Amino acid sequence: MSAARRLLIVGGIALALLGMIYGVWYAVFAEHQELDGIGKSLTASFSAAAQRDSAAAGTALHDYQELKYSYDRHVDAHGHWIGLGMVLVVLGIGLERIGFNERWTALLAAGLVLGSFLFPLGVMLQTFTPGAAPQAVAVVGSALVIASLAGITVGFAVPRTND
Amino acid sequence: MLGGIGLILVGMLVGDIFAVFVLHQNAAKVGESVSAAAHAAMAGDANAVGASFKSVGGFLENRGTKVDTHVHMIAFGYLALMLAILQPWVALRESTRKKVAWTFLIGAWLLPVGVFLIHYVGLAYSPLAAIGWASIFADFGGLLVILATLACLFGIARHFRQSTQPPPEDGLLKDRAVAGRVLMIGGVALVFLGFLHGAYYAGVDLYRHEALDYSLLSEMTASAAAKNAAALESALAGYGRLGGEKAVNIAAHAHAIEFGLLAMLLAFFQPYVSLRDSWKLNWAWVLLLGSLGLPVFVLLELKLGLVAGGMADVGGLLVIIALLAMWIGIVRYTGEIDAPARVADGGKG
Repeated sequence: MSAARRLLIVGGIALALLGMIYGVWYAVFAEHQELDGIGKSLTASFSAAAQRDSAAAGTALHDYQELKYSYDRHVDAHGHWIGLGMVLVVLGIGLERIGFNERWTALLAAGLVLGSFLFPLGVMLQTFTPGAAPQAVAVVGSALVIASLAGITVGFAVPRTND
Repeated sequence: MLGGIGLILVGMLVGDIFAVFVLHQNAAKVGESVSAAAHAAMAGDANAVGASFKSVGGFLENRGTKVDTHVHMIAFGYLALMLAILQPWVALRESTRKKVAWTFLIGAWLLPVGVFLIHYVGLAYSPLAAIGWASIFADFGGLLVILATLACLFGIARHFRQSTQPPPEDGLLKDRAVAGRVLMIGGVALVFLGFLHGAYYAGVDLYRHEALDYSLLSEMTASAAAKNAAALESALAGYGRLGGEKAVNIAAHAHAIEFGLLAMLLAFFQPYVSLRDSWKLNWAWVLLLGSLGLPVFVLLELKLGLVAGGMADVGGLLVIIALLAMWIGIVRYTGEIDAPARVADGGKG
């Protein structure tokens, strides 16, 4: 088994596991509380509007915005780690069909694994510190995934010399 | 492998049933309840606001748990198929591998069934304040899947350490037929396009949509407090449009990647499809055409309306027909690929 194939398969299963463990942790300790908070803050906001209390309505909506922001990113990180993990495993299994040499294949595999780890990590980090740094991690990660996937698509289209 | 295909089929079937009988009706009810809450706020009726949002919560929970059931079944099905393909590399005893497979399948069924029941069981007899028995069983199912996947990873790592063991030969992975190549290239291209669209959405629309969500809700509460019916209706209409925009973008992104994965997995199983090569190639192109058509026309739904919706449905139908044709081909398979291996094993297989 080539190093690139090993990296994709082991990295893919590891990423899928990371996504699942994160999902279980999130479901038990955060999801129910966040969903409950989203519902309560929306109700509080509209109830305050009914009582013509614009300030309270604004505060409650601000709470809603923060909870929704965090909820969406938790779910995205969980889903993308598992989804990318599965893509890595399938590509690893079929990697022998790529028409590039071993060095290029290994480079594409490394870029894909690194990007697949970094992109959801950046999304998840935004729930702790919203700002430019975690966004940059997510952007670099997704750029690596896209560039590597483009390369692999071309690689599958290039016929292997021994075919 | 059978468990994985079963999970995917049931997952797709329940997805269709939910879409027809629950999801669309639910989306309409959510919209109506938000509108009712906004109008109750304008009328100064705080109790009615609470009641409307309680309904919204119920509808969203109903919708969310059904979507989660559908998505997790299909995702676990894919994972089961991949782990099945990887079995030659899992250096564990046969009996242990069987136990791991059963653990995976029990967990993979327990989680979606548990998630499905969350809406109906609620917090009845639960020892916890916020989490009911259905959630507890669903989480336990997730834990079983994690343990089984971890065991496979351990087995693969063990295989790498046993350097004296020869690498496993698998005829399926060596297949270079045209249909398999087309599915593989098309599948990776679909995943690539799905990612490209996801990145575009995240870069261009995501933050704008999040800001719009907040500003439209602010507009609703402000116009309700000011008893401005026209502004309230405008904000409600905008909120509906925003929901539609978000839904089509997420659906296009997810379906392109999901169909891409399916095409790549089907590429490996082409040697088992007992059809003429020309028909195998035709069905591969039909599957790819449907897989591309569905997300593209889903995206166009906001501009072209029902026409695009109909075309997206045709895309989905093409995928189902091609899958069915390949499935019939696999049913026709009589074991000619596996026969030499069985003979080499002394007929034990």
